[in-house]
Amino acid sequence: MTDILFALFIFTLSAFLGFELISKVPPTLHTPLMSGSNAISGVTIVGAIVVAGEAGSPLLIGLGVLALVLATINVVGGFLVTDRMLRMFKKRG
Amino acid sequence: METFIQVAYLVASVSFIIAIKLLGSPRTARIGNWLGSLGMLLGIVATLFYKAVVRYEWIGIGLGIGTALGAWMALSVKMTAMPQMVAILNGFGGAASALVAAAEAERSFLEPTLYPSAFTLLTIGLSVAIGMVTFSGSFIAFAKLQELITGRPVMLPFHHLQSLLFLVLSIGTVIALTVAGGAPLLYGTGAASFLLGLWIALPVGGADMPVIVAFLNSLSGLAAATTGFVLNNYLLIVSGTLVGASGLILTHIMSKAMNRSLWNVLFAAVGKGGEVGAVTDKAVRSTTAEDVALMVSYAKEVVVVPGYGMAVAQAQHAVKKLMDALITRGVEVRFAIHPVAGRMPGHMNVLLAEADVPYDRLCEMERINPDFPQVDVVLVIGANDVVNPAARKDPNSPLFGMPILDVDKAKTVIVLKRSMNPGFAGVENELFYQQNTYMLFGDARRSLEAITEALKEI
Repeated sequence: MTDILFALFIFTLSAFLGFELISKVPPTLHTPLMSGSNAISGVTIVGAIVVAGEAGSPLLIGLGVLALVLATINVVGGFLVTDRMLRMFKKRG
Repeated sequence: METFIQVAYLVASVSFIIAIKLLGSPRTARIGNWLGSLGMLLGIVATLFYKAVVRYEWIGIGLGIGTALGAWMALSVKMTAMPQMVAILNGFGGAASALVAAAEAERSFLEPTLYPSAFTLLTIGLSVAIGMVTFSGSFIAFAKLQELITGRPVMLPFHHLQSLLFLVLSIGTVIALTVAGGAPLLYGTGAASFLLGLWIALPVGGADMPVIVAFLNSLSGLAAATTGFVLNNYLLIVSGTLVGASGLILTHIMSKAMNRSLWNVLFAAVGKGGEVGAVTDKAVRSTTAEDVALMVSYAKEVVVVPGYGMAVAQAQHAVKKLMDALITRGVEVRFAIHPVAGRMPGHMNVLLAEADVPYDRLCEMERINPDFPQVDVVLVIGANDVVNPAARKDPNSPLFGMPILDVDKAKTVIVLKRSMNPGFAGVENELFYQQNTYMLFGDARRSLEAITEALKEI
């Protein structure tokens, strides 16, 4: 039970932190912010590694590897495409 | 080793927090993105040290394929296709979260000693449900933006009733799964929420697109967070929640820009026909590129209003060339950016940045609206609903109440448009029939090139 409460505790505080973090973002950065945070939401890759890496039945491995491929595309594609966008913004100082 | 992993997760979480913070300011955004990717790398490496993780060959295959595909997609995508790129990546993230939760559930169902608690079953159900809604919703958004299906709102008979049914089914199966467990209920949850995602995204079109894209982004974070509860993984909980919460703020900013609630965007599709009043008998005045060149060359200030049409025609570079030509002639040029112009938050800003338009020339709606009466010429490039005066004047219009760019108050308005078809919302635009409005029909990029060409002759 304490485990669950602790997790809920972290969840709640993170939610408030997330609300506060991006209160004033200029519209120019809306897209990069979205695609950057989208890449961060690919953090589920960590869960996919655990699932794909554990010993298990072929079904489990299949689910795990598929999850891992999708999450990796999300992470790698997300960070790279965000950087491509931000590079354009940066050209003028 | 467990301590090392948790410390690494803590560091990764902090780097994500700082990354999101840095992404909010133009000066630091790029560093923020890098910091985020480093945090992710740290999280991945740390996870490889889990005792239960033994099958490195599968991990290598998964990471390899994913990296290759992700890098290829990111490096080959055109800037004009950015909204669909974000949508599809988002969908993959949601699907991954759902699959991880499903795999965890399968494992525990197979081994009776591991049978999960009701709370774990609840989080598994939520994770699968939210992940699947994210996946199918993003997929529809992608298909709409890629024009695989129509970008207009799609409404089936009794659409909202069906959506409601799938919502109730999704919640019901999650509750049943929590109580009873078992693979059939797990897959039932997946199927119901998959349909729910489709039904939510189908009626959304046009100017509502940025709202749904931002909302789905938020959901993908929430899906990761619930998966974190399933695995009892704090890194997932923290970062997923951060993305979910910040995405919700962005969604709020977008819906506020349309003076509507998220609920209204999801469940009240604008312009499913009707309402196309009796304005069709009115005449518009069309003009030529040469005339436009003459008008802009004698203007003191020209304001450009870009919309989705500019993205479709890939006209951003042509706009930049025209801007340069005008500036060398001493004409002041600014860009008026409506918050929901385009198909994702900040869409126009990205395209204009790609074309090297300095961002101090981009003006937000609130800042530029009071200036319109003094502006000599406004060039509306493929924007429609965001400049429709009916939003201000006509209480019967579906757009009524949405803040717009007051271009109708400018001295002269030139609208670059492919044809007289109404905008995405399917609503007539009286701006086109105004005394001071001229229509320049044709592909926006060619029209702009023709104007720039004609300017040289003057």
